[in-house]
Amino acid sequence: MRKAASETTAHPILIYWIIAGWVGYFILPWYGIEDGFFRFEWLIDGWPLDDEYAPAAFLIAQGEKLWLAPLLPALVAPLFVLRKRKIDPSYSRVLILSGAFGFAYLIAQGFGIGIRGFSYEWLTALFGDLGDRQFGMGYGAMLVASSFLFLFTQGIAARGAINGDVFVVSAIGGVIVIVATFVFFPIAKMLIFAFITEDGGYSVGVFFSKFFDDRLWGLGCLWGARCGAAWNSLFLAVLVGFLTTVLGLAFALVVTRSGFRAKRVVRALTVLPIITPPFVIGLALILLFGLSGSVTQFVAETVGVQPTRWLYGLPGVLIAQTLAFTPIAFLVLIGVVEGVSPSMEEAAQTLRANRWQTFRTVSLPLMRPGLANAFLLGFIESMADFGNPLVLGGNFDVLSTEIFFAIVGAQYDQGRAAVLAMVLLFFTLSAFYLQRAWLGKKSYTTVTGKGDAGVHPLMPKRLAIPVFLVAGVWGAFTIIVYGMIVYGSFVELWGVNDSLTFKHYVTAFAVSVNENGIHWRGSAWDSFWTTIYIAAAAAPLTAAVGLVTAYLLTRQSFAGKNAFEFGTMLSFAIPGTVIGVSYILAFNVPPIELTGTGIILVVSFIFRNMPVGVRAGIASMSQLDKSLDESSLTLGANSWQTFRRVILPLLRPAILAALVFSFVRAMTAISAVIFLVSARYDMATSYIIGRVENNDYGLAIAYSTTLIFVMLAVVGMLQIIVGRTQIGRRTQFGGGGTNG
Amino acid sequence: MAETRIKSKAAPVSFQGVSKVFGKDVVAVDKIDLEVEAGKLVTLLGPSGCGKTTTLRMIAGLEMASSGRILIGDKDVTRLPATDRDVSMVFQSYALFPHMTVLENVSYGLDFSGFPKSEARDRARAGLDLVGLKGYDDRLPSELSGGQQQRVAVARALVLEPQVLLFDEPLSNLDAKLRRQVREDIRAIQQDLGLTVVYVTHDQEEALAVSDEIVVMRNAAIAQIGAPRELYDAPVDRFVADFIGEANIIPCEIVSVEGDVAEIAIEDYRYRLASRGMSPGPAALAVRPSRLEIGTAHGFAAQIKKATYVGVRMEYTVEAPFGEIFVVQDDVQNPLEPGLDVRLGFASAGPVLIPGG
Repeated sequence: MRKAASETTAHPILIYWIIAGWVGYFILPWYGIEDGFFRFEWLIDGWPLDDEYAPAAFLIAQGEKLWLAPLLPALVAPLFVLRKRKIDPSYSRVLILSGAFGFAYLIAQGFGIGIRGFSYEWLTALFGDLGDRQFGMGYGAMLVASSFLFLFTQGIAARGAINGDVFVVSAIGGVIVIVATFVFFPIAKMLIFAFITEDGGYSVGVFFSKFFDDRLWGLGCLWGARCGAAWNSLFLAVLVGFLTTVLGLAFALVVTRSGFRAKRVVRALTVLPIITPPFVIGLALILLFGLSGSVTQFVAETVGVQPTRWLYGLPGVLIAQTLAFTPIAFLVLIGVVEGVSPSMEEAAQTLRANRWQTFRTVSLPLMRPGLANAFLLGFIESMADFGNPLVLGGNFDVLSTEIFFAIVGAQYDQGRAAVLAMVLLFFTLSAFYLQRAWLGKKSYTTVTGKGDAGVHPLMPKRLAIPVFLVAGVWGAFTIIVYGMIVYGSFVELWGVNDSLTFKHYVTAFAVSVNENGIHWRGSAWDSFWTTIYIAAAAAPLTAAVGLVTAYLLTRQSFAGKNAFEFGTMLSFAIPGTVIGVSYILAFNVPPIELTGTGIILVVSFIFRNMPVGVRAGIASMSQLDKSLDESSLTLGANSWQTFRRVILPLLRPAILAALVFSFVRAMTAISAVIFLVSARYDMATSYIIGRVENNDYGLAIAYSTTLIFVMLAVVGMLQIIVGRTQIGRRTQFGGGGTNG
Repeated sequence: MAETRIKSKAAPVSFQGVSKVFGKDVVAVDKIDLEVEAGKLVTLLGPSGCGKTTTLRMIAGLEMASSGRILIGDKDVTRLPATDRDVSMVFQSYALFPHMTVLENVSYGLDFSGFPKSEARDRARAGLDLVGLKGYDDRLPSELSGGQQQRVAVARALVLEPQVLLFDEPLSNLDAKLRRQVREDIRAIQQDLGLTVVYVTHDQEEALAVSDEIVVMRNAAIAQIGAPRELYDAPVDRFVADFIGEANIIPCEIVSVEGDVAEIAIEDYRYRLASRGMSPGPAALAVRPSRLEIGTAHGFAAQIKKATYVGVRMEYTVEAPFGEIFVVQDDVQNPLEPGLDVRLGFASAGPVLIPGG
């Protein structure tokens, strides 16, 4: 019945990619188009002959950019194997050779020839002066590159890699190439910048002079002066990690080990960090404790103390980050606390331990890896946080803001930004590495999902009282802070004129209708729509890349899988500021020229948020029994058909969750965005930061409030569509129910 | 079951020196040779970790052999992935697609085999009919009982008319009563349609009940191949004897061999039995607990240590000079007291010679 794919001579996928390559080479404009490809102005503006819009083939025909000519044989060669069988050795050989050569040559010429002719002197020395130049690659080049890549992967598959599975090999190849291009290449480029001297040469001395700068490692604060940014960041991150872990644990204990009724409310709080732009907490703290904040004023009036600027610096940033990241720690710890098997605790109790002894000797030790995990997450988040230090930092320099000021400030020192970014990256990667290497093997989560009939014991008294106290105070504080945000958006001028007004909303979001239709008059609309547009473009791509990667990681085994996993999850540990700096350093010049476009924002979101999609995918795919895939394969479906017809439908909740979360995260991101926005593509968050810098707090807070409610609506819709319990968790699959 | 559209394309399976190595040095299957005749039900039996499931998955194409050749029919499929092999499999967990109805599950494979939609549906219905699930088309798997889910899984595999049908511990998720029923159903369908079936289990009783031939595996290799009776009555070694049914291993001495009859000595007790090609010297006997008789005229001396009443029979632990022996007797009316000195002899066709050690 079944005909083996290896015996046919029809290769639809191969034909598709050959055609794609030819279209890229002969039809689409080879170079990037400044006004945007999708306006299609190029179609009527001189294409295909004008050398700005011409496809590669037309350029060569007109005697220009002749170095593109060697790509042609690599595009022609695959035509000769179309009639061959897959098991024919020449089939794979031709595809591998032409794909590898084409791809490598395309990249080599891209790096070799830049806007000033040859990019390297030895090339000029070898070939003489070029007398020509080229710009960033466009869609034509991209399509040809993809074509070469997938010709290559099909060749590899035909040689028998991964059982000759074209889909899996191509997916692996695709993910590797895009991660290399948009994560590793920019980081590498940034590292190189740390060694560039002012006159363009390379020197290790430059790196060391910037690295051992006093502003980075100074220990002045020990005797009253200022400390270096690296120590500040480290100290802050350790404090935040510790505080968020303690608070998170307190909330987790309240929810799982007490008779507390409003558990759902506490759980709902976990959605806060997802929908809150990171600097909003800082703004609310200013309203409370700033120089003209309500608490400050109140204390000043009643006690008669002169208001101070104590908030600006370590205290403010610490409070803001602890508020912002405690829900993250809670989210991690609730799983850990619930994961301790009740029967272990019951066993301890039957062995004559009282509740306090049980908690101290059994429950707490079992939670230890989870606590360390929560600490490291808080540490990484604090290190990477950019918004709060920017708003509240004052003279307290931390790495992420220093990087920003090194790039945008008066100093404009790319080398210093690169060195600072390396230090920051070193800290977060170390934490990330610790988390994986040390905790990966140490999960004590003992609940298996199968009938563990026990019940978690309540907290012992001497623990319950402080826990309730801490959780209660902090919970109330969180609510006040969020209330402040909403309330503050209606106040005319905080601390000066306390009358209520809609003024800020009107300034930001006024709409009028005239004869030309709706007129979006408010000052925020531009950035608002850009944000929605960019976030909506990024979300499906993020989800797709994330889920395909998750599929490869959970369902396939291949050589180098561990490195593959590490590489794809790495971008989780790369702080946004580092991504931002590395992107402007890497994508400002050919061959990939993206700065100032919307694409660079979309791309940065995809790779910033990809780990979210990967995690969501892994979490729900590991709930699906692997025998589902295997039975599909033995029933004659190939791996692509299995992915599409079995895995994807079962992952619908995970897909939706990944879509919504990447959308929302794209809307709240600031750290990478602030480097990448341009006049044409301004994002909501960077617009708000701009307002804050102009001391226009009213508008900033009104805009933030609007964002929070928009995102609340989006997440709420997700909850309704997917259903509360179904996100990422399905229970009865794999035919467990045996008794009928 | 007389009128059905499902036919058999049964083909033999042949393993030629097949090995499977996981990672660098974990040998799951070590150079096995195996012939499965067309239309036969062959069971792979062994303790967990013996390589039986890996062997099955290599037939399916879910694992690729590290070396050696696998043939299905006369075609070399060693390098062919699962998608391209004409083999289907019933999984331990059934692996029904939870988002598809019963009919969609059963026609899933037919859709990929190039049948038009309506034809695929008809064939799927015929398959459901065959396993006795007519009219369950639109149910979801979660709405079926375990036994019904299992039958859907069988139908889904059957309708493809595979050259070989594979079962991976198909009964282990069913409760004890249902097992006997389902196992008889599987055997009946296999015999009616003349299918080639390879069946994996770790339950020796299940293997004895359904198989034409049993392959006992141990430590990644084949310990013995034979019909159920052959394995039970004439195990080749201590491992097979003990794995299929229970067996007492009694050390003995082969005194002399005449033709194919050997005379052995246990203490002062002499006994004659088939020599199975062995020569005089130390050896061992494998004896089923039920094939020992207590209180015979001839035999070796022993003492009752423990007596247990289990309803249909008596179980005795008996202390002999060479160690403890487990004996089962049908006589429950006159139990023997612990401490009693007795003589133990063999029932006819009782003991089997196996290599000593």
